[in-house]
Amino acid sequence: MSALIYHESKLDPANAIHDHVLPSGLGWMHEIKAGQTFRIVDLEGNQAVDTLFYNAHDRADRYSLQDTIRAQGNIYLTTGSSLLSSEGSVLLTIVADTCGRHDTLGGACAAESNQVRYAIEKKHMHNCRDTFLLTIAESAGGYTKRDVTHNINFFMNVPVTPEGKLTFADGVSDKGRYVEMRAEMDVVCLISNCPQLNNPCNAYNPTPVRLLIWD
Amino acid sequence: MWSYVLKRHHILRLTDLQGGANVGTMLYNRDHFLERLNLPDTLKAQHTAKLTTGFVLYSDMGRLLCSIVADSCGWHDPLSGHSNRKLLEQKYGPSRYQEARNDFYRNAHDQFLIELGKWGLGKPDLVANVNFFSKVTVNEQGSMQFVPNNSRPGDYVELRAEMNVLVILNTCPHPMDPNPAYQPRPVALMVYPSPPVAGDDECRTSCEENVRGSILTDALFR
Repeated sequence: MSALIYHESKLDPANAIHDHVLPSGLGWMHEIKAGQTFRIVDLEGNQAVDTLFYNAHDRADRYSLQDTIRAQGNIYLTTGSSLLSSEGSVLLTIVADTCGRHDTLGGACAAESNQVRYAIEKKHMHNCRDTFLLTIAESAGGYTKRDVTHNINFFMNVPVTPEGKLTFADGVSDKGRYVEMRAEMDVVCLISNCPQLNNPCNAYNPTPVRLLIWD
Repeated sequence: MWSYVLKRHHILRLTDLQGGANVGTMLYNRDHFLERLNLPDTLKAQHTAKLTTGFVLYSDMGRLLCSIVADSCGWHDPLSGHSNRKLLEQKYGPSRYQEARNDFYRNAHDQFLIELGKWGLGKPDLVANVNFFSKVTVNEQGSMQFVPNNSRPGDYVELRAEMNVLVILNTCPHPMDPNPAYQPRPVALMVYPSPPVAGDDECRTSCEENVRGSILTDALFR
């Protein structure tokens, strides 16, 4: 496993059963059934997409950061990565990726962590945890804050050094890059299209992304 | 496995008695369990992928749960998570109480759920855990490597509670430990009141982020 295994998809967006442009600052929650394929397109480049997955039939069985990276022995997600759940199931497999180095350690921005990282006065700035909480509050699934666990950040670049340092660096993504994954079981996907302006995760310019699902 | 309420400004010292121990640990605000350890917030606020003296453990509400006020070991692992039943079976073979009695192989996932259950918490309350005394490095390509012999006999780490903290921990082997035998190592636990926390305390001032985090934490106790 390395940071990027470049692999293009053969799927045609014209055949997608779901095709939706999600502006920055908004959330999306949608079921993806076993066997369906899900693609996130970074339309304008270097947009962080905070993403969570749940077993559609048991939300306590959800994407697990530490189990996923330990099982593959690598902190970056790319083609071939299996997204593992807290019960050890494979939720999705990444089948195509034109960006690489998708982040697993950075988590979601939040009002309170923004106060720590930037300034006490920045509590009001829009953030992913707010989007997650609002999206689940408006969904029918009975999700609560306990279900908002450590998310993936597609297209975000968070390098780690052998000495144990970690930074939020300029993204390696670009206009039109995408990541595509196949659902291995019925899952629910929860996304916050990140609005963060205080670090380079969105190149200081949060932009829309395109979400597609194929049968 | 063990759970304990570490009161604010008390110190929990973990001592690795034989070397090679691993202490899987999760933390919660005792006064409000919904506030819990958040390792991504911890790592990004302090720009680190390892934990040692001078670093703090952040909750998901921008507050300090614990500061690492002393550490003779030098590296504790926030990345690798914890063992589960399937992993133990693959590594060490089957082991049931029926045959092994109290020597049956215990996995960390079950241990966490048992201790959490004593406080009315469950699967949705599992968080990314710290593995004290263990070291896992990451190379330029992102590959994770377990580094043996990180912790020596007598090595210790001290956690000072900055709020009232529910500590949930167990001494199951690290999930990447290459030892072909299941051999959890003993750890001594000691709790004592902290000396007064100075204005220029190392952890609270080690970076601007921790200064702000300390302000937000102190606000709970005014």
